[in-house]
Amino acid sequence: MDPHLTWNLYRDVTQLFDYPFMVNAYRAGTIVAVTAAIIGWFMVLRRQTFAGHTFALVSFPGAAGAILIGVSATYGFFAFSICAALVIAAASRSSRGGYIEESAVIGTVQALGLAFGFLFVSLSHRNVSGAQALLFGSLVGITNDQVIQLLAGGLIVLAIVGFIWRPLLFASVDPDVAAARGVPVQVLAVVFLLVLAVAAAEASQVTGSLLVFALLVLPPATAELLVERPGLSLLTAVAIALLVTWLGLAMSYYNDYPIGFHITSLAFGAYLLAQGWRRLPRWTPFARTSV
Amino acid sequence: MGRIRAWRPVSRLLSESAAGREQPAIAEAGSLASRSALLQANTLAVEIRNAAARRGNRLIWSGVSAEIRRGEFLAVLGPNGVGKSTLVKVILGLLPLASGEVRVLGQPPGRANRDIGYLPQRRSFDPGLRVRGVDIVRLGLDGHRWGIPLPGLNRLTERGREEDARVLDAIQLVDAEEFATRPIGEVSGGEQQRLLIAQALIRNPSLLVLDEPLDSLDLPNQAASAALLNRICEERGVTVLMVAHNVNPILSYLDRVIYLARGGSVSGTPEEVITAETLTRLYGTPIEVFRTADGHLVVVGQPEPPHGDVHAHLVS
Ligand SMILES: Nc1ncnc2c1ncn2[C@@H]1O[C@H](COP(=O)(O)OP(=O)(O)OP(=O)(O)O)[C@@H](O)[C@H]1O
Ligand SMILES: [Mg+2]
Repeated sequence: MDPHLTWNLYRDVTQLFDYPFMVNAYRAGTIVAVTAAIIGWFMVLRRQTFAGHTFALVSFPGAAGAILIGVSATYGFFAFSICAALVIAAASRSSRGGYIEESAVIGTVQALGLAFGFLFVSLSHRNVSGAQALLFGSLVGITNDQVIQLLAGGLIVLAIVGFIWRPLLFASVDPDVAAARGVPVQVLAVVFLLVLAVAAAEASQVTGSLLVFALLVLPPATAELLVERPGLSLLTAVAIALLVTWLGLAMSYYNDYPIGFHITSLAFGAYLLAQGWRRLPRWTPFARTSV
Repeated sequence: MGRIRAWRPVSRLLSESAAGREQPAIAEAGSLASRSALLQANTLAVEIRNAAARRGNRLIWSGVSAEIRRGEFLAVLGPNGVGKSTLVKVILGLLPLASGEVRVLGQPPGRANRDIGYLPQRRSFDPGLRVRGVDIVRLGLDGHRWGIPLPGLNRLTERGREEDARVLDAIQLVDAEEFATRPIGEVSGGEQQRLLIAQALIRNPSLLVLDEPLDSLDLPNQAASAALLNRICEERGVTVLMVAHNVNPILSYLDRVIYLARGGSVSGTPEEVITAETLTRLYGTPIEVFRTADGHLVVVGQPEPPHGDVHAHLVS
């Protein structure tokens, strides 16, 4: 294949979809961008980025292990990351030790996960680039089946979050009052960990395990800088995630650098722009009283 | 003797600023049973019988009994670590009782929580939290509801408009319009506290449970908030249960006091409980109680919040 940019913008865009693998990459990227931005928004709000990163990292040994035993890497991504969520949920629930305890558990799980990842990679005698694709993402090789699995995972996760949206928001910003109001704060915490695990596993399959934050953290963090309304901020995060993913895929197609690099640097660029925007003098003061 | 008269704060009272407004959506929506009618009916909002509470393996308190009638303004007082917040959590059903019995609004603890406004102790929001004050207040109204709220749909339905009006009304009631649309992490502790009082009030509860609500407020705002709570108690027949360290701002409004101490608890009217002997015994440090010529009670020497504002009370 020899794609190259021309001065014809229309041709540039249609050229993107000349190959089925690129079509699948766009499908997968779109699903993942939406899912990751929404779940990531709550993750940032709940300050669980460490957990999110760990789910992504342990999905790497999952994928390596799946390849080792000859099943689809997607199953490995999901299985390991969900297991990690269950372990973390169980450990931090039984100890009731709060955030410090929880982060110790998460760190342990993460270290163990990575160790197994390298073991599986060396056992399967794959070349270094195989491991690299898992860690840093790769455009090629996203199958139709994988797209369907990503879509199913994404839809389930989004349906759950849609249903628990307000109680989850309440429990995230104000757990004591939410508990007193009858919101099942503990159950929601576990449900959210599981949902986060699925979203992180999905994002890993596009950006690679190491760079999931490009989709999980950067778009919500950027949106947070721009708008305060929860609903609007969430939509902004989705828009940013879609934009950087689509652009990143195109750039990666034309210049052959890894996809994870492009998405990450675009998302980082958006974040920098938002920071700059916030530091501009305000035209409109905050003194609106609309509800 | 009658109720002790209120001392007037110098600053603009929240109550005065809110009194000029028409259309109190919260009051309309709720039971307008006046306080005196409620007090006459003599039903109990909270009933505590020989109760004991544990945290972990430690017995925090035991043998606590108290009755709070509907429409009363009650303070829970006592030194640090004695279990005041624990009592609040027991009343809300967030902690189980070790023994004894508690009934809240005629039901076991936890059952009637939708009818209770709760303000936990010393919550300050992370400075980075970019959720607006109005959103926090609104969560008090609909935060427990499942399902997707469609943005913009509020203005289209009758219920949505009524809820918008309630949010606005609650915010006006605590005089928080100025900062309600700013991210809550960026407003001051006292301003956050006022928004949280609005959140606790928004469902028009019959019982307000407030854990040190005056904690991070300056003197004029302590007085104004106390006056506001008293007004809500009087006009809307809301029972107010309030944990407090500094009793002076609320002393004139109190119908009843529960004192928790290491050795047990005392409950009664302020005149019975707020005496130099009782307070000195319960706090374990010398405390004096004065009655001024016009009938004000002033407590001197109690453990004060950081402001150390004894003089301000004496001149009032
Ligand atoms: N989560 C907990 N687990 C175990 N013990 C606790 C817990 N929270 C509080 N305690 C203990 O219970 C006792 C009562 O605590 P509580 O918070 O009810 O006190 P308090 O009267 O509200 O104090 P303060 O005036 O400081 O708010 C304290 O001795 C405290 O150490
Ligand atoms: Mg307390």
